Amino acid sequence: MSAEPPIGLSIRGGVKVYPGTRALKGVDFDLRMGAVNVLVGENGAGKSTLMKVIAGVEDLTEGRIEMDGREVRFRDKADAVKHGIGIVFQELNLFPNLTVAENIFIGREPVRGGIDIDREAQRRETRALMQRLEQDIDPDTPLGLLRIGQQQIVEIAKAVAQDARILILDEPTSALSAHEVEVLFRVIAELKSQGVGIVYISHRLEELIRVGDYITVLRDGTITGARSMEGVDIPWIVRAMIGDSSKDFPRTEAPAFGAEVFRAEEITLPREGGGYTVDHVSLSVRAGEIVGLYGLMGAGRTEFLECIMAQHPHATGRFFVEGKPLTERDVAGRIDRGIALIPEDRKRDGLVQIMAIRENLTLSALKRFTRAFHLDLSAEATTAMDFVKRLTIKVASPENPVSSLSGGNQQKVVIGKALMTGPKILLMDEPSRGIDIGAKAEVFRTMRRLASEGLGILFVTSDLDEVLALSDRILVMANGRVTGDFPAGADAAAVISATAPTASKGAAA
Amino acid sequence: MTAIAPAAAPSSSSGLLLLLRLRTFVALILVLGFFSVMAPNFLTAANAVIVTKHVALNAFLAIGMTFVIITGGIDLSVGSIVGLCAMVAGWLVLYGIDPGMGWSIQFNTFEISLITVLVGIFVGTINGLLITRLNVAPFIATLGTLYVARGAALLSSGGRTFPNLNGNPDYGSDTFAFIGTGTILGIPVLIWMLVAVGLLASYISRRTPLGRHIYAVGGNERGAALSGVKVNRVKMFVYMFSGFCAALVGLIIASQLQASHPATGETFELNAIAAAVLGGTSMSGGRGRIGGTIIGAFVIGILGDGLIMMGVSSFWQTVIKGVVIIAAVVIDQAQQKLQARVALQQEAAAGR
Repeated sequence: MSAEPPIGLSIRGGVKVYPGTRALKGVDFDLRMGAVNVLVGENGAGKSTLMKVIAGVEDLTEGRIEMDGREVRFRDKADAVKHGIGIVFQELNLFPNLTVAENIFIGREPVRGGIDIDREAQRRETRALMQRLEQDIDPDTPLGLLRIGQQQIVEIAKAVAQDARILILDEPTSALSAHEVEVLFRVIAELKSQGVGIVYISHRLEELIRVGDYITVLRDGTITGARSMEGVDIPWIVRAMIGDSSKDFPRTEAPAFGAEVFRAEEITLPREGGGYTVDHVSLSVRAGEIVGLYGLMGAGRTEFLECIMAQHPHATGRFFVEGKPLTERDVAGRIDRGIALIPEDRKRDGLVQIMAIRENLTLSALKRFTRAFHLDLSAEATTAMDFVKRLTIKVASPENPVSSLSGGNQQKVVIGKALMTGPKILLMDEPSRGIDIGAKAEVFRTMRRLASEGLGILFVTSDLDEVLALSDRILVMANGRVTGDFPAGADAAAVISATAPTASKGAAA
Repeated sequence: MTAIAPAAAPSSSSGLLLLLRLRTFVALILVLGFFSVMAPNFLTAANAVIVTKHVALNAFLAIGMTFVIITGGIDLSVGSIVGLCAMVAGWLVLYGIDPGMGWSIQFNTFEISLITVLVGIFVGTINGLLITRLNVAPFIATLGTLYVARGAALLSSGGRTFPNLNGNPDYGSDTFAFIGTGTILGIPVLIWMLVAVGLLASYISRRTPLGRHIYAVGGNERGAALSGVKVNRVKMFVYMFSGFCAALVGLIIASQLQASHPATGETFELNAIAAAVLGGTSMSGGRGRIGGTIIGAFVIGILGDGLIMMGVSSFWQTVIKGVVIIAAVVIDQAQQKLQARVALQQEAAAGR
């Protein structure tokens, strides 16, 4: 092996504290130039925080960043860009209504005389960039007309145009077709040979092994493995990612499943521009069973739950609750049939932030307190208090706005709201997102208790630990299809590899 | 020592919070006090009735407007609905309905009122359908019906006034004037009507699922829909109710004047919005109280009438009204901030 590539940037003793959590706990990270530095870890392990620190979006609480042996401090993102650091976020920051050239030069347009945008120069430079990246994209094309993979290339071009010596790619392939992934890898190889240091974040382990030169594994804010990619295989990565000790949310009693409470048959949701977001999904949940639906972002899990909750009128397929077909077309009707959804985005979908805790709890179940059209406020208040106690929601007063609660308690309010409708099947989309570790454990205990009371639970998660520890059965979704069905206690590596079936990536391009 | 500070802070801020919450009420007492000192004859029973009659018309519209604004919408068409309904009532009193077969159908006062109210609800229905089915923004949809309804009102008489709406005893419509000018137990009918509509609206908002849903839709439409709230039905209701309130005002004005003029009600929608906002209704939706809106309408009305009695130029009145509205919203923002802080403190004190 030839001499090691030089270290372009390193972090020593990096600590980042957010209110309530330590996202990074003393991280040492070396970024090598002219190489692909792969970064891998579970959701919430601290990958994004680390990258935001490098890109100048966040500041370290403790520790220092060194570039070429000197300590540097980035005041903001623009400052990091000046130091030659570019980042391509998972969600693209582009303007679909502007042309490719306009997107690349947004915010730093070349001007003549301080006013007039020099469109010709923009076009020229864009064309040169596209040649350098070996892409055939016309600078005048409106960005919205490009495929998502090409948009990604434009985002990379934008970073390259600012003379990025370090380029951070956050899950760049999550939305790409197999062909587009090849193109992206060619671009990466090209940049690498030009001496650019690349940080590559992805959940697709095969991809990491193929493209990476160095690997760093993060778990709960600490680095659990950092080495050259030589000799690294998937079992090694998985071990470093989730450790040997599984987190404990043990089942207290032997599972006693009842009859099937919910079944979905051939649920299909077409995607705009061809293909399927949810592709002929069939599954069933029994009473008392917790089914974990695992997969990567964009696998179609959330959309599948939304189909069950009548959010996609174009979806086809059949649902059954306790064996009887679910024909209701609106949310209220489906709630009446015993379906309850706990949405992924609490703020946007789950709660009415300015309303009181009591009002949020009872919003789906007002019928319970209504005679003719009269709302029995005292019965409502009693029941709300009852649920606050049952779910141990810590509130000073149920009349305070729900926005005053912490994330974990807000989540319990959402769960309480769902339970008040008397559901038979509970759909939970990322139930532990955005809540701290203590509240997480409490939410999981609640899920177990509900299941033991005979509720069927279908929960979506991107956290491998969670799905392994909590599920009675694990289903894996990828590209809209169910690609794996594992019993409790399944092998972690098998579950992970089902999330990215390599052969199935049809070359849609 | 450190223990004292957090204990003292909530009590002082909650006192201030109470004052801010009751600000519309405080404002009402202030304007009442001010004018009873500054304007002679202001604080008499006769004047109180006169002022209330002035205020009532705006209060009707503001009640309907409050529901609409709570859902996060706006209804600009109410002024035009007032005009249209005044013309409908006038037409019915004068001509009845002529099916074009050489004879006409005449109505008594009750039937005229009913038809007029239905016309108002109909325009509200159009607003609702445009907004829920065709996804037109509320501002644009009701701006459109504002013009259409006003145009229809003008077309009905060719721009002229329907005069002498005395009614005809033979048809039972001679009691038409009673709506706007009659009294029951010495109190004008229209004030009884305001009390009835006010109580009804307040009841709906506080003690029915529909009311709760109105707030939920304004607070978070997506979240409400996912909770099983039938968002479209709620929206249909608020625009229909607003149309109903506007129709009442049109009916009352036609009856009071015993004439209907197609320009009746121009810019009334702005006064209604002002009263709702003054009463603490948030333009971004989700917050507002019927009681607050009625007090808001009284503050605006008393301010206007009181300034007239003091002999202040009407141009200055307009300026003062504007300043009061802006002040109300600025104070509202302060209250929201303080309220959020107090709630957070309470939750923090309860120990997560």
